[in-house]
Amino acid sequence: MNPALLRYVPLLLLAVAWETAARTGLVSSLALPPLTSVAAAWIDLMKDGELITNGASSLWRAGAGLLLAIVFGAALGIFMAWWRPLNVLLSPLVEMFYPMPKSALIPVTVLWLGFGNGSKILLILLGCMLPVTIGAFNGARSSEQALVWSARSMGASRLRMLWDVVVPSALPELLNGTRTALALSFILLVSSELIAARQGFGYLIGFLGASGSYDAMFAVVLTVALLGFIADRLYLMLMHRALRWQL
Amino acid sequence: MAQAQIVIAGVTHTYRPPSGRTVLALEDVSLDVGTREFVALLGPSGCGKSTLLYLLGGFLPIETGRILIDGKPAGAPGPDRGIVFQHFALFPWKTVRSNVLYGLERMGLPREEREKRAQSFIELVGLHGFEDSYPSQLSGGMRQRTALARTLAFDPKILLMDEPFGALDAQTRSLMQSELLGIWRRTPKTVIFVTHDVQEAVYLAGRVAVMSARPGRIKAIVDTNFDKNDTDIFKSKGFVEKVDEIWNLVRIEAIKAQEKRVG
Repeated sequence: MNPALLRYVPLLLLAVAWETAARTGLVSSLALPPLTSVAAAWIDLMKDGELITNGASSLWRAGAGLLLAIVFGAALGIFMAWWRPLNVLLSPLVEMFYPMPKSALIPVTVLWLGFGNGSKILLILLGCMLPVTIGAFNGARSSEQALVWSARSMGASRLRMLWDVVVPSALPELLNGTRTALALSFILLVSSELIAARQGFGYLIGFLGASGSYDAMFAVVLTVALLGFIADRLYLMLMHRALRWQL
Repeated sequence: MAQAQIVIAGVTHTYRPPSGRTVLALEDVSLDVGTREFVALLGPSGCGKSTLLYLLGGFLPIETGRILIDGKPAGAPGPDRGIVFQHFALFPWKTVRSNVLYGLERMGLPREEREKRAQSFIELVGLHGFEDSYPSQLSGGMRQRTALARTLAFDPKILLMDEPFGALDAQTRSLMQSELLGIWRRTPKTVIFVTHDVQEAVYLAGRVAVMSARPGRIKAIVDTNFDKNDTDIFKSKGFVEKVDEIWNLVRIEAIKAQEKRVG
Protein backbone atom coordinates (compact mmCIF):
# COMPACT_ATOMS: atom_id res chain seq x y z
CA MET A 1 0.00 0.00 0.00
CA ASN A 2 1.09 3.52 -0.71
CA PRO A 3 2.84 4.82 2.44
CA ALA A 4 1.28 8.26 1.98
CA LEU A 5 -2.16 6.67 2.11
CA LEU A 6 -1.13 4.47 5.03
CA ARG A 7 -0.88 7.61 7.17
CA TYR A 8 -4.62 8.14 6.85
CA VAL A 9 -5.50 4.65 8.06
CA PRO A 10 -5.65 5.72 11.77
CA LEU A 11 -8.14 8.43 10.78
CA LEU A 12 -10.28 5.87 9.03
CA LEU A 13 -10.18 3.59 12.08
CA LEU A 14 -11.21 6.50 14.29
CA ALA A 15 -14.15 7.25 12.01
CA VAL A 16 -15.30 3.61 12.10
CA ALA A 17 -14.95 3.49 15.90
CA TRP A 18 -16.91 6.73 16.21
CA GLU A 19 -19.76 5.47 14.06
CA THR A 20 -20.02 2.12 15.86
CA ALA A 21 -19.84 3.67 19.32
CA ALA A 22 -22.68 6.06 18.51
CA ARG A 23 -24.84 3.51 16.64
CA THR A 24 -24.55 0.72 19.22
CA GLY A 25 -25.45 3.11 22.03
CA LEU A 26 -22.06 2.63 23.67
CA VAL A 27 -21.93 6.41 23.86
CA SER A 28 -25.04 8.55 24.08
CA SER A 29 -25.82 9.98 20.65
CA LEU A 30 -26.43 13.31 22.40
CA ALA A 31 -22.80 13.47 23.41
CA LEU A 32 -21.54 12.01 20.15
CA PRO A 33 -23.92 11.95 17.20
CA PRO A 34 -23.07 9.23 14.63
CA LEU A 35 -20.59 10.33 12.02
CA THR A 36 -23.05 9.67 9.21
CA SER A 37 -25.58 12.08 10.80
CA VAL A 38 -22.78 14.62 11.14
CA ALA A 39 -22.03 14.19 7.43
CA ALA A 40 -25.70 14.65 6.56
CA ALA A 41 -25.83 17.79 8.70
CA TRP A 42 -22.71 19.06 6.93
CA ILE A 43 -24.40 18.65 3.54
CA ASP A 44 -27.45 20.57 4.81
CA LEU A 45 -25.24 23.36 6.12
CA MET A 46 -23.53 23.58 2.76
CA LYS A 47 -26.86 23.59 0.90
CA ASP A 48 -28.43 26.42 2.85
CA GLY A 49 -25.17 28.40 2.59
CA GLU A 50 -24.64 28.79 6.35
CA LEU A 51 -21.25 27.15 6.27
CA ILE A 52 -20.09 29.16 3.25
CA THR A 53 -21.07 32.61 4.52
CA ASN A 54 -19.76 32.02 8.02
CA GLY A 55 -16.65 30.32 6.67
CA ALA A 56 -15.89 33.17 4.28
CA SER A 57 -16.18 35.68 7.08
CA SER A 58 -13.85 33.60 9.29
CA LEU A 59 -11.26 33.04 6.59
CA TRP A 60 -11.19 36.74 5.75
CA ARG A 61 -10.57 37.62 9.41
CA ALA A 62 -7.87 35.00 9.86
CA GLY A 63 -6.21 35.82 6.54
CA ALA A 64 -6.12 39.56 7.09
CA GLY A 65 -4.95 39.26 10.70
CA LEU A 66 -2.29 36.75 9.83
CA LEU A 67 -1.00 38.72 6.86
CA LEU A 68 -0.66 41.85 8.99
CA ALA A 69 1.02 39.83 11.74
CA ILE A 70 3.58 38.43 9.28
CA VAL A 71 4.36 41.82 7.73
CA PHE A 72 4.66 43.73 11.01
CA GLY A 73 6.22 40.83 12.90
CA ALA A 74 8.92 40.19 10.31
CA ALA A 75 9.76 43.87 9.90
CA LEU A 76 9.93 44.39 13.66
CA GLY A 77 12.16 41.35 14.26
CA ILE A 78 14.57 42.23 11.47
CA PHE A 79 14.87 45.87 12.47
CA MET A 80 15.39 44.87 16.09
CA ALA A 81 18.30 42.69 15.03
CA TRP A 82 19.59 45.39 12.72
CA TRP A 83 19.45 48.42 14.99
CA ARG A 84 20.52 47.94 18.60
CA PRO A 85 18.63 50.86 20.18
CA LEU A 86 15.36 49.42 18.90
CA ASN A 87 16.27 46.09 20.44
CA VAL A 88 17.07 47.68 23.80
CA LEU A 89 13.79 49.56 23.69
CA LEU A 90 11.49 46.76 22.56
CA SER A 91 12.91 43.41 23.65
CA PRO A 92 11.62 43.73 27.28
CA LEU A 93 8.14 44.34 25.87
CA VAL A 94 8.40 41.40 23.49
CA GLU A 95 9.61 39.11 26.27
CA MET A 96 6.81 40.24 28.59
CA PHE A 97 3.99 39.83 26.09
CA TYR A 98 5.20 36.63 24.41
CA PRO A 99 4.07 34.15 27.12
CA MET A 100 0.82 36.00 27.80
CA PRO A 101 -2.31 33.99 26.82
CA LYS A 102 -3.56 36.06 23.92
CA SER A 103 -7.18 34.99 24.38
CA ALA A 104 -7.17 37.31 27.41
CA LEU A 105 -7.20 40.13 24.86
CA ILE A 106 -10.56 39.08 23.39
CA PRO A 107 -12.66 41.40 25.63
CA VAL A 108 -10.12 44.18 25.11
CA THR A 109 -10.28 44.13 21.32
CA VAL A 110 -14.10 43.88 21.45
CA LEU A 111 -14.15 46.91 23.75
CA TRP A 112 -12.03 48.82 21.25
CA LEU A 113 -13.48 47.69 17.95
CA GLY A 114 -16.84 46.04 18.65
CA PHE A 115 -18.28 42.71 17.51
CA GLY A 116 -17.32 42.86 13.82
CA ASN A 117 -14.27 41.99 11.78
CA GLY A 118 -12.00 44.68 13.26
CA SER A 119 -11.74 43.17 16.71
CA LYS A 120 -10.90 39.70 15.33
CA ILE A 121 -8.31 41.01 12.92
CA LEU A 122 -6.65 43.08 15.64
CA LEU A 123 -6.68 40.13 18.03
CA ILE A 124 -5.04 37.84 15.47
CA LEU A 125 -2.52 40.53 14.57
CA LEU A 126 -1.53 41.00 18.23
CA GLY A 127 -1.60 37.32 19.04
CA CYS A 128 0.30 36.05 16.01
CA MET A 129 2.88 38.78 15.60
CA LEU A 130 5.35 37.82 18.32
CA PRO A 131 6.24 34.31 17.14
CA VAL A 132 7.08 35.82 13.75
CA THR A 133 9.04 38.66 15.40
CA ILE A 134 11.08 36.29 17.53
CA GLY A 135 11.81 34.00 14.58
CA ALA A 136 12.83 36.91 12.37
CA PHE A 137 14.97 38.42 15.14
CA ASN A 138 16.87 35.20 15.91
CA GLY A 139 17.29 34.43 12.23
CA ALA A 140 18.53 37.90 11.37
CA ARG A 141 20.96 37.86 14.28
CA SER A 142 22.49 34.64 13.01
CA SER A 143 23.52 36.21 9.67
CA GLU A 144 27.10 35.21 9.11
CA GLN A 145 29.71 37.93 9.45
CA ALA A 146 31.57 36.67 6.39
CA LEU A 147 28.40 36.94 4.24
CA VAL A 148 27.81 40.49 5.38
CA TRP A 149 31.43 41.35 4.65
CA SER A 150 31.32 39.64 1.25
CA ALA A 151 28.28 41.65 0.21
CA ARG A 152 29.89 44.87 1.43
CA SER A 153 33.10 44.16 -0.48
CA MET A 154 31.06 43.60 -3.64
CA GLY A 155 29.67 47.09 -3.37
CA ALA A 156 26.37 46.53 -1.52
CA SER A 157 25.17 49.51 0.51
CA ARG A 158 24.09 48.90 4.10
CA LEU A 159 20.41 48.98 3.16
CA ARG A 160 20.99 46.73 0.16
CA MET A 161 22.78 44.28 2.42
CA LEU A 162 19.85 44.23 4.83
CA TRP A 163 17.68 43.02 1.98
CA ASP A 164 20.23 40.75 0.28
CA VAL A 165 21.87 39.10 3.29
CA VAL A 166 20.01 39.71 6.55
CA VAL A 167 16.50 38.98 5.27
CA PRO A 168 17.35 35.67 3.55
CA SER A 169 19.47 34.63 6.54
CA ALA A 170 16.43 35.24 8.73
CA LEU A 171 14.07 33.34 6.43
CA PRO A 172 14.28 29.78 7.84
CA GLU A 173 13.51 30.83 11.41
CA LEU A 174 11.06 33.47 10.28
CA LEU A 175 9.08 30.86 8.35
CA ASN A 176 9.08 28.51 11.35
CA GLY A 177 7.71 31.31 13.51
CA THR A 178 5.05 31.95 10.88
CA ARG A 179 3.93 28.33 11.06
CA THR A 180 3.34 28.73 14.79
CA ALA A 181 1.44 31.94 14.01
CA LEU A 182 -0.75 30.11 11.51
CA ALA A 183 -1.83 27.57 14.13
CA LEU A 184 -2.40 30.33 16.68
CA SER A 185 -4.57 32.27 14.25
CA PHE A 186 -7.10 29.42 14.06
CA ILE A 187 -7.23 29.14 17.85
CA LEU A 188 -7.73 32.86 18.33
CA LEU A 189 -10.24 33.12 15.52
CA VAL A 190 -12.57 30.41 16.78
CA SER A 191 -12.34 31.36 20.44
CA SER A 192 -13.02 35.03 19.78
CA GLU A 193 -15.97 34.19 17.54
CA LEU A 194 -17.37 31.86 20.20
CA ILE A 195 -17.31 34.65 22.74
CA ALA A 196 -18.21 37.75 20.79
CA ALA A 197 -19.39 37.58 17.18
CA ARG A 198 -22.48 37.43 15.01
CA GLN A 199 -20.79 35.53 12.19
CA GLY A 200 -18.05 33.02 11.61
CA PHE A 201 -17.18 29.39 12.42
CA GLY A 202 -16.94 30.05 16.14
CA TYR A 203 -20.28 31.83 16.22
CA LEU A 204 -21.87 28.98 14.26
CA ILE A 205 -20.47 26.34 16.63
CA GLY A 206 -21.76 28.25 19.64
CA PHE A 207 -25.15 28.88 18.09
CA LEU A 208 -25.71 25.28 16.96
CA GLY A 209 -24.54 23.95 20.31
CA ALA A 210 -26.90 26.23 22.22
CA SER A 211 -29.86 25.25 20.03
CA GLY A 212 -29.18 21.54 20.43
CA SER A 213 -28.21 20.73 16.83
CA TYR A 214 -25.24 18.67 17.95
CA ASP A 215 -24.73 16.84 14.64
CA ALA A 216 -24.46 20.20 12.82
CA MET A 217 -22.19 21.54 15.55
CA PHE A 218 -19.85 18.58 15.09
CA ALA A 219 -19.93 19.18 11.35
CA VAL A 220 -18.60 22.72 11.83
CA VAL A 221 -15.97 21.60 14.36
CA LEU A 222 -14.70 18.98 11.91
CA THR A 223 -14.68 21.54 9.08
CA VAL A 224 -12.49 23.88 11.12
CA ALA A 225 -10.14 21.03 12.04
CA LEU A 226 -9.85 19.99 8.40
CA LEU A 227 -9.23 23.56 7.22
CA GLY A 228 -6.51 23.99 9.86
CA PHE A 229 -4.86 20.81 8.68
CA ILE A 230 -5.03 21.81 5.01
CA ALA A 231 -3.68 25.29 5.76
CA ASP A 232 -0.71 23.79 7.60
CA ARG A 233 0.05 21.32 4.79
CA LEU A 234 -0.15 24.06 2.16
CA TYR A 235 2.07 26.27 4.26
CA LEU A 236 4.65 23.52 4.68
CA MET A 237 4.73 23.02 0.91
CA LEU A 238 5.32 26.72 0.31
CA MET A 239 7.95 26.82 3.04
CA HIS A 240 9.91 23.92 1.57
CA ARG A 241 9.78 25.61 -1.78
CA ALA A 242 11.08 28.88 -0.40
CA LEU A 243 13.88 27.04 1.42
CA ARG A 244 14.79 24.56 -1.32
CA TRP A 245 18.38 25.87 -1.23
CA GLN A 246 18.81 24.41 2.26
CA LEU A 247 18.44 20.73 1.39
CA MET B 1 60.68 53.19 -7.01
CA ALA B 2 57.24 54.74 -6.93
CA GLN B 3 55.12 54.27 -3.82
CA ALA B 4 53.92 50.69 -3.33
CA GLN B 5 50.27 49.88 -4.10
CA ILE B 6 49.62 48.84 -0.53
CA VAL B 7 51.39 50.59 2.32
CA ILE B 8 50.88 49.27 5.83
CA ALA B 9 52.64 51.51 8.34
CA GLY B 10 52.82 51.09 12.12
CA VAL B 11 49.48 49.29 12.46
CA THR B 12 48.50 48.18 15.95
CA HIS B 13 45.15 46.57 16.69
CA THR B 14 43.50 45.64 19.95
CA TYR B 15 40.34 43.54 20.29
CA ARG B 16 38.03 44.71 23.02
CA PRO B 17 35.37 42.05 23.50
CA PRO B 18 32.21 43.21 25.36
CA SER B 19 33.21 40.85 28.18
CA GLY B 20 36.62 39.40 29.01
CA ARG B 21 40.01 40.99 28.65
CA THR B 22 41.31 42.94 25.70
CA VAL B 23 43.68 41.21 23.30
CA LEU B 24 46.56 42.91 21.54
CA ALA B 25 46.29 41.24 18.13
CA LEU B 26 48.76 43.24 16.06
CA GLU B 27 51.66 45.40 17.18
CA ASP B 28 53.45 47.92 14.98
CA VAL B 29 53.07 46.04 11.70
CA SER B 30 54.56 47.61 8.57
CA LEU B 31 54.62 46.10 5.09
CA ASP B 32 54.69 47.41 1.54
CA VAL B 33 53.22 45.41 -1.33
CA GLY B 34 53.80 46.25 -4.97
CA THR B 35 51.29 46.11 -7.80
CA ARG B 36 50.56 42.55 -8.99
CA GLU B 37 52.71 41.10 -6.26
CA PHE B 38 51.72 37.85 -4.50
CA VAL B 39 52.51 38.08 -0.79
CA ALA B 40 51.74 35.42 1.82
CA LEU B 41 51.13 36.27 5.47
CA LEU B 42 52.32 33.23 7.38
CA GLY B 43 52.10 32.55 11.08
CA PRO B 44 50.70 30.31 13.84
CA SER B 45 46.98 30.48 14.51
CA GLY B 46 46.00 33.48 16.58
CA CYS B 47 48.93 35.60 15.36
CA GLY B 48 46.65 38.26 13.96
CA LYS B 49 47.25 37.55 10.27
CA SER B 50 43.55 37.44 9.52
CA THR B 51 43.06 40.62 11.53
CA LEU B 52 45.55 42.35 9.27
CA LEU B 53 43.61 41.12 6.25
CA TYR B 54 40.31 42.40 7.67
CA LEU B 55 41.91 45.80 8.32
CA LEU B 56 43.06 45.86 4.69
CA GLY B 57 39.56 44.96 3.56
CA GLY B 58 38.09 47.83 5.57
CA PHE B 59 36.00 45.44 7.69
CA LEU B 60 37.61 46.57 10.96
CA PRO B 61 38.46 50.17 11.89
CA ILE B 62 42.12 51.16 11.85
CA GLU B 63 42.96 52.51 15.29
CA THR B 64 46.72 53.06 15.24
CA GLY B 65 48.93 53.45 12.18
CA ARG B 66 47.71 53.70 8.62
CA ILE B 67 46.96 51.59 5.58
CA LEU B 68 47.17 53.23 2.17
CA ILE B 69 45.97 51.77 -1.10
CA ASP B 70 47.25 53.62 -4.15
CA GLY B 71 48.15 56.45 -1.80
CA LYS B 72 44.67 56.77 -0.29
CA PRO B 73 43.48 55.52 3.13
CA ALA B 74 41.93 52.04 2.85
CA GLY B 75 38.49 53.13 4.10
CA ALA B 76 35.20 51.24 3.83
CA PRO B 77 35.00 47.88 2.01
CA GLY B 78 34.59 48.13 -1.74
CA PRO B 79 35.02 46.24 -4.98
CA ASP B 80 38.63 47.43 -5.37
CA ARG B 81 39.47 44.73 -2.80
CA GLY B 82 37.95 41.31 -3.32
CA ILE B 83 37.99 38.80 -0.47
CA VAL B 84 37.86 35.01 -0.35
CA PHE B 85 37.16 33.39 3.02
CA GLN B 86 38.16 30.01 4.42
CA HIS B 87 34.53 28.92 4.70
CA PHE B 88 33.58 30.26 1.26
CA ALA B 89 30.92 32.75 2.44
CA LEU B 90 28.72 31.96 -0.53
CA PHE B 91 25.10 33.09 -0.37
CA PRO B 92 23.47 29.71 0.35
CA TRP B 93 20.14 30.83 -1.12
CA LYS B 94 21.70 31.69 -4.48
CA THR B 95 22.81 29.30 -7.19
CA VAL B 96 26.39 29.25 -8.46
CA ARG B 97 25.42 31.59 -11.29
CA SER B 98 23.54 34.02 -9.04
CA ASN B 99 26.43 34.09 -6.60
CA VAL B 100 28.87 35.00 -9.36
CA LEU B 101 26.43 37.56 -10.75
CA TYR B 102 26.03 39.36 -7.43
CA GLY B 103 29.07 41.62 -7.64
CA LEU B 104 28.41 42.32 -11.32
CA GLU B 105 24.86 43.44 -10.52
CA ARG B 106 26.18 45.82 -7.87
CA MET B 107 28.54 47.26 -10.49
CA GLY B 108 25.54 48.06 -12.67
CA LEU B 109 26.76 46.19 -15.74
CA PRO B 110 24.15 45.66 -18.48
CA ARG B 111 22.40 42.32 -18.20
CA GLU B 112 23.85 40.70 -21.28
CA GLU B 113 27.39 41.63 -20.34
CA ARG B 114 27.09 40.35 -16.78
CA GLU B 115 25.66 37.03 -17.94
CA LYS B 116 28.52 36.60 -20.36
CA ARG B 117 31.12 37.57 -17.82
CA ALA B 118 29.69 35.34 -15.08
CA GLN B 119 29.65 32.40 -17.48
CA SER B 120 33.26 32.92 -18.51
CA PHE B 121 34.44 32.96 -14.88
CA ILE B 122 32.35 29.91 -14.01
CA GLU B 123 34.12 28.15 -16.88
CA LEU B 124 37.51 29.50 -15.81
CA VAL B 125 37.20 27.71 -12.45
CA GLY B 126 35.86 24.56 -14.11
CA LEU B 127 32.26 24.67 -12.89
CA HIS B 128 30.57 24.44 -16.27
CA GLY B 129 27.40 22.38 -15.81
CA PHE B 130 26.91 23.42 -12.18
CA GLU B 131 25.54 26.92 -12.86
CA ASP B 132 22.14 26.12 -11.36
CA SER B 133 23.37 24.18 -8.33
CA TYR B 134 23.05 25.58 -4.84
CA PRO B 135 26.19 25.69 -2.64
CA SER B 136 24.73 22.97 -0.39
CA GLN B 137 24.83 20.60 -3.39
CA LEU B 138 28.55 21.14 -4.04
CA SER B 139 31.74 19.73 -2.53
CA GLY B 140 34.07 21.98 -0.53
CA GLY B 141 36.43 22.38 -3.47
CA MET B 142 33.60 23.36 -5.81
CA ARG B 143 32.27 25.86 -3.28
CA GLN B 144 35.66 27.51 -3.05
CA ARG B 145 35.90 27.60 -6.85
CA THR B 146 32.55 29.37 -6.90
CA ALA B 147 33.77 31.87 -4.31
CA LEU B 148 36.91 32.45 -6.36
CA ALA B 149 34.89 32.97 -9.55
CA ARG B 150 32.56 35.35 -7.73
CA THR B 151 35.47 37.47 -6.54
CA LEU B 152 37.49 37.37 -9.76
CA ALA B 153 34.41 38.26 -11.83
CA PHE B 154 34.14 41.83 -10.56
CA ASP B 155 37.85 42.26 -11.25
CA PRO B 156 39.22 43.71 -8.00
CA LYS B 157 42.71 45.21 -8.17
CA ILE B 158 43.57 43.46 -4.93
CA LEU B 159 42.67 39.93 -3.91
CA LEU B 160 42.54 39.25 -0.16
CA MET B 161 42.53 35.55 0.67
CA ASP B 162 41.89 34.32 4.20
CA GLU B 163 43.20 30.73 4.41
CA PRO B 164 41.08 29.96 1.36
CA PHE B 165 42.15 26.34 1.06
CA GLY B 166 42.29 25.61 4.79
CA ALA B 167 38.95 23.79 4.84
CA LEU B 168 39.71 21.50 1.88
CA ASP B 169 41.13 17.99 1.80
CA ALA B 170 44.79 17.58 0.83
CA GLN B 171 44.25 16.55 -2.81
CA THR B 172 41.73 19.28 -3.52
CA ARG B 173 43.97 21.80 -1.80
CA SER B 174 47.01 21.05 -3.95
CA LEU B 175 44.87 21.14 -7.10
CA MET B 176 43.39 24.49 -6.12
CA GLN B 177 46.84 25.87 -5.35
CA SER B 178 48.16 25.13 -8.82
CA GLU B 179 44.97 26.48 -10.39
CA LEU B 180 45.19 29.69 -8.41
CA LEU B 181 48.78 30.13 -9.50
CA GLY B 182 47.77 29.54 -13.12
CA ILE B 183 44.94 32.08 -12.90
CA TRP B 184 47.22 34.62 -11.22
CA ARG B 185 49.80 34.24 -13.99
CA ARG B 186 47.21 34.77 -16.71
CA THR B 187 45.45 37.69 -15.01
CA PRO B 188 47.94 39.14 -12.54
CA LYS B 189 46.50 40.89 -9.49
CA THR B 190 47.92 41.96 -6.19
CA VAL B 191 47.28 39.07 -3.82
CA ILE B 192 47.56 39.00 -0.03
CA PHE B 193 47.26 35.38 1.00
CA VAL B 194 46.87 34.39 4.64
CA THR B 195 47.96 30.86 5.54
CA HIS B 196 49.63 28.79 8.23
CA ASP B 197 50.89 26.25 5.70
CA VAL B 198 54.59 26.84 4.94
CA GLN B 199 54.68 24.82 1.69
CA GLU B 200 51.59 26.58 0.40
CA ALA B 201 53.13 29.99 1.13
CA VAL B 202 56.45 29.14 -0.56
CA TYR B 203 54.74 27.60 -3.57
CA LEU B 204 52.29 30.44 -4.23
CA ALA B 205 53.88 33.67 -3.05
CA GLY B 206 56.73 35.78 -4.33
CA ARG B 207 57.40 36.99 -0.82
CA VAL B 208 56.44 35.46 2.50
CA ALA B 209 55.92 37.68 5.54
CA VAL B 210 56.47 35.52 8.62
CA MET B 211 54.49 36.73 11.61
CA SER B 212 55.26 36.20 15.28
CA ALA B 213 52.91 34.73 17.88
CA ARG B 214 50.53 37.13 19.58
CA PRO B 215 50.89 40.05 19.54
CA GLY B 216 51.43 39.69 15.79
CA ARG B 217 54.48 41.40 14.39
CA ILE B 218 56.25 40.85 11.11
CA LYS B 219 59.29 38.88 12.10
CA ALA B 220 60.91 38.39 8.71
CA ILE B 221 60.17 38.80 5.04
CA VAL B 222 61.56 36.00 2.87
CA ASP B 223 61.91 36.27 -0.90
CA THR B 224 60.43 33.13 -2.48
CA ASN B 225 60.66 34.23 -6.07
CA PHE B 226 62.53 31.34 -7.65
CA ASP B 227 61.77 29.31 -10.75
CA LYS B 228 58.45 27.58 -10.08
CA ASN B 229 57.96 26.02 -13.49
CA ASP B 230 59.68 22.81 -12.43
CA THR B 231 57.19 19.97 -12.80
CA ASP B 232 58.51 18.38 -9.64
CA ILE B 233 58.78 21.64 -7.79
CA PHE B 234 58.08 20.23 -4.33
CA LYS B 235 61.30 18.20 -4.55
CA SER B 236 63.42 20.91 -6.15
CA LYS B 237 66.39 22.29 -4.24
CA GLY B 238 65.17 25.90 -4.29
CA PHE B 239 61.80 24.91 -2.84
CA VAL B 240 63.11 22.63 -0.13
CA GLU B 241 65.65 25.21 1.04
CA LYS B 242 63.05 27.97 1.29
CA VAL B 243 60.63 25.74 3.17
CA ASP B 244 63.40 24.81 5.62
CA GLU B 245 64.40 28.40 6.13
CA ILE B 246 60.86 29.53 6.83
CA TRP B 247 60.05 26.47 8.93
CA ASN B 248 62.82 27.39 11.32
CA LEU B 249 61.41 30.89 11.67
CA VAL B 250 57.86 29.64 12.19
CA ARG B 251 58.66 26.78 14.54
CA ILE B 252 59.91 29.09 17.26
CA GLU B 253 56.75 31.14 17.02
CA ALA B 254 54.50 28.10 17.03
CA ILE B 255 56.16 26.86 20.22
CA LYS B 256 55.75 30.30 21.80
CA ALA B 257 52.11 30.32 20.84
CA GLN B 258 51.65 26.87 22.43
CA GLU B 259 53.32 27.94 25.65
CA LYS B 260 51.10 31.01 25.87
CA ARG B 261 48.03 28.88 25.55
CA VAL B 262 49.25 26.39 28.17
CA GLY B 263 50.48 29.15 30.50
